Amino acid sequence: MGDNIYVVIEHLQGQVSEISYVMLAAGRALASGIGGELVAILLGHQAQNLAGDLAADRVLYMDDPALAEFTPDAYQLALAELIKTDTPRAVLLGDTSVGAEVAGALSVRLEIPLVSRCSSVHAKEGTPKFVSQICGGKIMAEGDLPGPTALVTMVPGDFKAEEGQSDQPAEVTSIPAPSFDDLKVTLKQYIEPEVGDVDISTEPILIAVGRGIQQEANLELAEELAAALGGTICASRPVVDQGWLPISRLVGKSGKSVKPKLFLAIGISGAPEHVEAVTGSETIIAINTDPAAPIFDIAKYGANVDLFELVPALTEQLQGS
Amino acid sequence: MNIVVLVKLVPDLVEELEIDSSGATLDTTFMRMIINEPDEHALEQAIILKEREGGEVTVLGPAIEDIDGVLFTAFAKGSDRLIKLVDGFELEVNNHALARAFTSVIRELNPDLVLTGVQAHNDLDGSLGPLVAEYLGMSYVGYVSGVTSSGDKLTVRKEYPGGLIGEMEVAIPAVLGIQSAEQPPRYVAISKVRQAMKTATIDEQTLTELDPSGGPTVSQMFQPQVGERAEMIEGDIDQIAAKLVELFGDLGVV
Ligand SMILES: Cc1cc2nc3c(=O)[nH]c(=O)nc-3n(C[C@H](O)[C@H](O)[C@H](O)COP(=O)(O)OP(=O)(O)OC[C@H]3O[C@@H](n4cnc5c(N)ncnc54)[C@H](O)[C@@H]3O)c2cc1C
Repeated sequence: MGDNIYVVIEHLQGQVSEISYVMLAAGRALASGIGGELVAILLGHQAQNLAGDLAADRVLYMDDPALAEFTPDAYQLALAELIKTDTPRAVLLGDTSVGAEVAGALSVRLEIPLVSRCSSVHAKEGTPKFVSQICGGKIMAEGDLPGPTALVTMVPGDFKAEEGQSDQPAEVTSIPAPSFDDLKVTLKQYIEPEVGDVDISTEPILIAVGRGIQQEANLELAEELAAALGGTICASRPVVDQGWLPISRLVGKSGKSVKPKLFLAIGISGAPEHVEAVTGSETIIAINTDPAAPIFDIAKYGANVDLFELVPALTEQLQGS
Repeated sequence: MNIVVLVKLVPDLVEELEIDSSGATLDTTFMRMIINEPDEHALEQAIILKEREGGEVTVLGPAIEDIDGVLFTAFAKGSDRLIKLVDGFELEVNNHALARAFTSVIRELNPDLVLTGVQAHNDLDGSLGPLVAEYLGMSYVGYVSGVTSSGDKLTVRKEYPGGLIGEMEVAIPAVLGIQSAEQPPRYVAISKVRQAMKTATIDEQTLTELDPSGGPTVSQMFQPQVGERAEMIEGDIDQIAAKLVELFGDLGVV
């Protein structure tokens, strides 16, 4: 019992989220390092089919209409009893709009420790370990996974989603649901993102603008460059939060994932929430004045200069060529 | 509506971060602490709600570094009451300890709504909001980018990946983790902050003990080891531009 690793499967609108497979891959590394079983926890309503490709030793499935779509209250109730009775060594949840709030509530309710932002869990000589990615990707923090049961929220990082997928379905056991009377949070509806004028997830050339651009008027510099390159403008979250570009242009955890031939990052630091959505790009080139900016860790080429000098010069040369 | 906003200070990532000689924490000697960015959105959202529906906004933060500056700025933006928690705070206090400390003060204030940033970049033991909510016995919704209220219910916009929004109904009292305010945080002139320093007072609440249980112990910190860092293009601006144009050609994009 005490050596098992539980992974809480996230799904949204009938689709298992990618982070679930990443967590199964991480959970496998940890489970095999401490000799435990890897157990997937699936909460849903008429959702048993979602268990089909989970690379776990077993799947525990709880069915209830209150679990059809995610709400924090229902998930907390569903998991609290289960974790308390089963006492797994670790429970992995996504560091996402689903997992993060459930993990926090459970940590207090069950009085068990919580480690967040983990890019890795694994075992070293039988001891479970975590690695957390903090400070915008600039610092990694490592330690022993606290016990007896640790809640862990995970970010994409060291493990590949494919490793959490299997074409051999694991055995599914149905488990009883608690009573879901008196829920204080209910989902009214989903609102689909507004369709923008372009779909950045399929554009081949992207000019991505970050907070380094400083003000809305300066976007023109990037637009001129985009025009000269035949590319499309997209942005990091602060630029979109300021209302300078619509959310359809947002790249990152809360926006779109992109996979262009060229991703030119201008004045973007490379925070994990941004980076996770750009690693599918063929070539990343970054322009940034901070030589330690994490964006240079994923870029193939970099220029450590002021964008206000380089971008106009680049546009001019492209127009001339 | 009676709203409490919780703010946290975090290392400024613009400055270079150093790991101290123990190897397990950040060196705080030259570290500059600034308000957690999502907390700034939480404050903005609180002021927007107050302007729309009336009520009072109380801002609460731990007494570290320039908390006074952060609180006076919040006052200048339109909040009504400022409280700092004094005693025993170290720069690296964890969220479980902070949540327990905040909880006792929040209870006294008896708010309808508690707003805080959805996360902070140095959260190692979960984000603050869900912990506080559970200690208070209130519901919590995070990743929120819009709040409207009607009677004893709130309708909140919760963000999911890809721009999908879940519209959720939440009974009050509640705690919300704000990702983005409905509008970008307002700018406030330095002169108004100076004025706030003269007119506003910061109440102090003294704590007995900070208990970090519930969080992990870090044995080692390190800067990420990168497999391969970017190949840096050197030269003057025109040389770099020329090299980039050449690269674009090699990549087949021009
Ligand atoms: C729950 C959650 C979800 C999030 N989702 C997303 C998401 O989907 N997408 C996203 O992007 N972010 C997201 N974020 C925000 C993320 O954490 C970062 O705050 C954000 O990515 C930073 O954007 P930035 O790199 O543009 O700004 P900063 O981090 O402020 O970086 C600006 C960079 O510009 C450089 N710079 C400044 N001036 C110049 C100049 N003159 N020339 C060249 N370089 C210059 C600086 O050196 C710096 O590296 C999310 C955050 C949270 C909490």
